Amino acid sequence: MAISVEFRHGVHPPEEKELTNQLPIRRMPFADELVFPLRQHAGKPALLCVKVGDHVERGDTLGEADGFMSVPIHASAAGTVVDFDWWPHPDGSMAMAVRLKVDRYAPQVARPRLVPRWEGLTPAEVVQAVQRGGVVGLGGAAFPTHVKLAPPKDSAVHTLIINGAECEPYLTSDHRTMVEYAPRVLFGIRVMMRSLGVRKCVVGIERNKPDAIEAMRAAVPADLAVEILPLTVKYPQGAEKMLIKAVTGVEVPSGKLPVTVGVVVQNVGSVAAIAEVFETGLPLIERIVTVSGHGLRRPANLIVPVGTKLRDLLAFCDGVTADAAEVIIGGPMMGQAQANLDAPVIKGTTGVVVLEKNETREQRSWPCIHCGRCLEACPVFLNPSMLGDLARVGRYEEMSANHLADCMLCGSCAYVCPSNIPLAQLFQASKTALRRQLASVQ
Amino acid sequence: MNESSAPRLVVTASPHLKPGDSTPRIMWNVVGSLVPVIAAAAWFFGVSALLVVAAATLGAVLAERAFGHGGSLADGSAAITGLLLGLTLPAGMPLWMAVLGGAFGIGFGKAVWGGLGQNVFNPALVGRAFLQAAFPVAITTWPTVGGGFFTLKGDLFALPFLHPVTSAVTSATPLGLLKFEGKASALASLVIGNRGGSVGETAALVILAGGVYLALRNYLNWRLPVSIIATVALLSGVLHAIDPHKPDAPFMLFSGGLMLGAVYMATDMVTSPVTNLGRWVFGIGVGILVVVIRVWGGLPEGVMYAILFMNALVPFINRATQPRVFGTSMRTTA
Repeated sequence: MAISVEFRHGVHPPEEKELTNQLPIRRMPFADELVFPLRQHAGKPALLCVKVGDHVERGDTLGEADGFMSVPIHASAAGTVVDFDWWPHPDGSMAMAVRLKVDRYAPQVARPRLVPRWEGLTPAEVVQAVQRGGVVGLGGAAFPTHVKLAPPKDSAVHTLIINGAECEPYLTSDHRTMVEYAPRVLFGIRVMMRSLGVRKCVVGIERNKPDAIEAMRAAVPADLAVEILPLTVKYPQGAEKMLIKAVTGVEVPSGKLPVTVGVVVQNVGSVAAIAEVFETGLPLIERIVTVSGHGLRRPANLIVPVGTKLRDLLAFCDGVTADAAEVIIGGPMMGQAQANLDAPVIKGTTGVVVLEKNETREQRSWPCIHCGRCLEACPVFLNPSMLGDLARVGRYEEMSANHLADCMLCGSCAYVCPSNIPLAQLFQASKTALRRQLASVQ
Repeated sequence: MNESSAPRLVVTASPHLKPGDSTPRIMWNVVGSLVPVIAAAAWFFGVSALLVVAAATLGAVLAERAFGHGGSLADGSAAITGLLLGLTLPAGMPLWMAVLGGAFGIGFGKAVWGGLGQNVFNPALVGRAFLQAAFPVAITTWPTVGGGFFTLKGDLFALPFLHPVTSAVTSATPLGLLKFEGKASALASLVIGNRGGSVGETAALVILAGGVYLALRNYLNWRLPVSIIATVALLSGVLHAIDPHKPDAPFMLFSGGLMLGAVYMATDMVTSPVTNLGRWVFGIGVGILVVVIRVWGGLPEGVMYAILFMNALVPFINRATQPRVFGTSMRTTA
């Protein structure tokens, strides 16, 4: 049995998982209106294929995949398309979105429309079925899952790594998925392993989820070489490169994908979604979301229809407290603070966290005193102190020479900075500025 | 959630959690850890020590108030500079000189560089180097320890630019005794601190205790004092073994300002390297320079210059000791 290798550096934010980690997953009812941005995944946005006034059934396609690096978007409830216009997107921007008025009297039973008998399918047909199911990485990045199932021909993938680290504070959706749906996760793993042609699979789970480790171990079938590997509790353990380091001891080369070291990484929730496509024939129209935080009256783990507005989701959890100040989609380390509660839950929404005023960051920051704590926090061994100095004066090319591209924006540096310098924000802005410069040169 | 109860939403960039620490908290913790050192100074040198430390702090704080911006006094860094400078002065130093030294340290050691975080040299030592150059007699007139608590040492209240009356009872420091008179001092008095010297440098054990406190709270990087102390001990031990007339390691460690310098001056975050490897290089460099200046130099004490010289090298040390980037065999170039 392998022992996990600890990745170096990283930080230990308060875990805050006890708010929801023992709460069984419940189902949230359909809201009156659902909103479906066509851009919910990495890659090209979906192409609209309905028009205003159309009636759609639960599971019908609203937008079709635009090429291989794209997935379709499906209606998560039966209803009528009432609008197609700009709408607040959880990433803070505006995006073209389909607004659906939910039919209150529809049975909301979805007709299975994908081939559920997966054993007879070729790997290429599995890839196609997963794409048609609209499955994306449910860990937050929303990378199309079928792309990971079709690695380049010349790559020799030997290990499938399943990411059950869930290192973001507050979030417990993957934890509860593993506890309550372990057989489904393992069925998804079986599909992936056969499709990729790999014989070895390792599921990495942080040690703070002993019940998930136990449930997953108990569910491993005798004929499947799946190892459940407990991992050190440390942020960002769930970052792809950190997880690969922890499981295999290998560093993915800078600027390269995991397949270069023979590894494909998939999130627990995404594997369960693959399983669901073949078990029920349903596309990805709902997901498990942790709704938590000290600013929320009744934290919960919920199965939420994709497209549910934050406003409705928070109301279902009895609303926010008087001290609530910040509503974050995702976890508090990398998530996006919301300015508009009309933004919907999308496929990549792992959780919604409501922070109280006294938990949020102060506005004020102090000059960098070169304490070096950020260097000891950075999991990819950059020098955030120096990069921060360069970012402030706009020396982006120098930042690029100092490996800005390797920064994953995990926020560990900003979290430990005693001067409260918004390093992750500076780096994100610098990356954007560099991309613009590059685009204007071409 | 209905509209009326909707909160005013805070929208900040990630990470959203408040960090556990802040720069002012670090600075004020350093100030707090200096309280026992100041108390020891008062124990050995009486109220004169308190007056000198207060005068240097006053100078530093006034200068920060004049040159700093955006409430920079509240971050506590100017207070540290003043306190540390005061602790490196003799108990009989005329107070106006101490005030001037504090102001010079902040003005030329910090403000002209752009304020907190920008300076290359340790501001307290810049202030002391200035005083050493400007008032060489006053800064090397070492009052004797002991006497009544309220007995004033030296000519504390001398008026500016008038020749101070150096009528007080003075005694040489252990390093001076050794260098100029070839006399050794008892180790016990060196460790405890009842010996001649600057007001805050004599109580080695109290200084070490402050360092341990700061290191445990992660407000001080232990690699710096450890590398300095180990280098000085090793090098002077070797020299003593070759030539027994040279001072031995315990004497080198517990005499002069080595402890104060290693624990409180070299560990200034702003003026020491950011990388752990760089911290070792810096500490070893300081240790070598201290031994070289003390053993072969014209001055009895070399801690101040050793640290200032190594301060100048910090940008180069940082550049040469950048971490290796994950997934590469390269270091960042800095």
